[in-house]
Amino acid sequence: MPAAMGFFTDTTICIGCKACEVACKNWNQLPAEAGGIRELSGDSYDNTRKLDGTHWRHVKFIEQFDGPYNGRWLMMSDVCKHCVQAGCLEVCPTGAIIRTEFDTVVIQSDVCNGCRACIAACPFGVIDMNHVSGTAQKCTLCYDSMQVGLEPACSKACPTDSIQFGPISELRVRAGKRLEQLKAQGEARAQLYGDDPNGPLGGLNSFYLLVDNPEVYGLPKKPQLPSRNLPKSGMLSAATGAVLGLVALVGIRKRRVEEVAGAGAGGSGGGNA
Amino acid sequence: MPDTYFTASPHWSWYIIPYFFVGGIAGGAYFLAALLEWFGRPEDRPVIRTGYSLAFWGALVSGALLTLDLGRSLRFWHMLFQSNNLPHLMFKSFSPISFGAWALLLFGACAFISWYSDKTGTAFGKLMAAVGGLFGFILAGYTGVLLSVTNRPIWADSPWLGALFLASGASTGAAALVLFAPGRGATQSSLRWLESFDARTLVVELLLLIVFVVSLGTVAKAWLSFWGLLLVVGVVGAGILWPLWLHLKPAGATGGGGGGGGALRNPAVMVLLGGFLLRVVVLLASNSIEFQRVAAGAGQ
Repeated sequence: MPAAMGFFTDTTICIGCKACEVACKNWNQLPAEAGGIRELSGDSYDNTRKLDGTHWRHVKFIEQFDGPYNGRWLMMSDVCKHCVQAGCLEVCPTGAIIRTEFDTVVIQSDVCNGCRACIAACPFGVIDMNHVSGTAQKCTLCYDSMQVGLEPACSKACPTDSIQFGPISELRVRAGKRLEQLKAQGEARAQLYGDDPNGPLGGLNSFYLLVDNPEVYGLPKKPQLPSRNLPKSGMLSAATGAVLGLVALVGIRKRRVEEVAGAGAGGSGGGNA
Repeated sequence: MPDTYFTASPHWSWYIIPYFFVGGIAGGAYFLAALLEWFGRPEDRPVIRTGYSLAFWGALVSGALLTLDLGRSLRFWHMLFQSNNLPHLMFKSFSPISFGAWALLLFGACAFISWYSDKTGTAFGKLMAAVGGLFGFILAGYTGVLLSVTNRPIWADSPWLGALFLASGASTGAAALVLFAPGRGATQSSLRWLESFDARTLVVELLLLIVFVVSLGTVAKAWLSFWGLLLVVGVVGAGILWPLWLHLKPAGATGGGGGGGGALRNPAVMVLLGGFLLRVVVLLASNSIEFQRVAAGAGQ
C-alpha cells in the first residue's frame, strides 16, 4: 500500500504567477470556456475567480488594501483538499467518487451522472460541473501521473515551490519547520490549516500555511461533514410524520364519533353517510 | 461569517423545485389515501382512488424531472445499480439522494400497484397501502433532509427542513385531494375530513416554519432579501394564513372542487401555491449565496 500523498501549499511564497493553473489545465486537457474569451472580473487582478469543473487549480488574490498605498497581497493556490473524511464521497449516490490507494479523492467521470450532490456537500466549494462532460469534476491530484510515479502538473510547474507534493507525513514535518521559522521571524499570525489528523475532517491531504484567518482566504473555520445533520433531521421528520399521522387518525375518529352521535340524536341528521 | 457561506451552489433549480413540489403532493396524497384505506369507510373510496392516482402520476412526473435535471440523464440508473459492477445494487443508507432515489422507485411501484389494482378491482389493498404509505412519507420528507445533509447556507444550517417539507407535503397532498377528489364523486363527509386535516397541518407547518427560521441563527439574515419577502408574503401569507382564515371562516366554508369564487377564495389552490413557493424560496435563497467563494478576502 503506497503512502498517503498530498500537497502542502506555503502561501507565503506564492507569487501569483498562475503557472499551476495553466499546467493543470494543460495536463488534464480542461477546456476553455466561451471560446477562450475570458470575462474580466473588474474588481480584482484575478480573473479566474473560483474553482469549478474546468478550473481545478485557482490562485486566489486576496487584496488587503486600505487606500492606494497601504496594504498587502495574499496569494493562495487553491485546490481540492482531498479530505481524509470527504463529504463529497459520503453523499455521492452513484459511487463515482472513490478514495484511491494514495488516500486521495477522485471523481470517476464515466460513472458520475451529474446529480450535483457532491457540489453542495463539499465544505470548501471545490467541485463544480464541467459542462463539456456533463459531470461534476475537480482535481484528481493527477492520479494518472501518480500511478506511474510522476509528480502532479501544478507542483511540478510551481516556480517558487509554494506547492509541494509528497507523502503527507513528510509534508507535515516540513510544514512544521516552516511555521517555526516564520514565527521566529515575527510573523505571529502564521498558522497551518488542515494539517492536524485529529482536526476537522480527519485532516486535509492538501493543507496550507496561512498568515491570516482562514476566512480571509475563503476557507471555512471549521469544515464539517454534511452527514452531521442526518440523524437529527431524520428524527425530526419521522416525529413530524408521526404527529401528522396522529392528527389524521384523530380526525377520522372524531368524524365517526360525530356521525354516530348525530345518527343517535336525530335519526336522519347524519348527512350523507 | 458562517462556514456554509464558503461553499458552491449545486444550481438545483427549475427541475428540482417542481420535483420537490410534485413529490411532496404524491407522497402526501398517498399517505392520506393509505390512512383512509385502513381506517376510513367505503364512502371514502373516491378519495382513496384519487390519492393513488395522484401518487402514481406524481411519481412518474417526479422521476422524469429528476432524470432531466441530471448532467447525464441517460445515466440515471447509476443511482440504482453499480454501473461498473452490474448487477450489484447501488445503495448508501447515509446518502439522502441515494435512499431518495430508491424511495421514489419503490413508492412509484407501490403507487402503480395500488392505482392499477383499484382500477381493476383486484384486492391488493391494505398491505400495499401500508408499505406505499411509508414510502410516500419518506418521499415527502427526504427532500428536506437531502438539503440539510449538505454544506450549503440555509439548508445545512438547520435540521428542520425535512420536517417542514414533510408537513408541506401533507398539506399540499390534502389540498390536491380536495381539488381533484370531487370529480371522482367524493362525499362531503370525506372532503370535510380532508379540509379539517389540511387546516391542522397548516398550523403545524406554520410552527415548523417559525422554528426553522429561528434555528438558522445568524444565517436567518439571508432572509432580508427578495426571497425573505416572498417567504413572508407568498408562503406564510398567501399559502398558510389566508387558507387557514378561509378554513376557519364560520359559515361559508367553501367546499372543494373549485366551485364558488375564484382561485384566491379556494383554500386548496392557495395551499398548493404556498407549497410551491416554499420550495422556490428555500432553494433559490440558498442558490443566490455564492459570493463568498468567489470573492476571496471578503471574509476578513
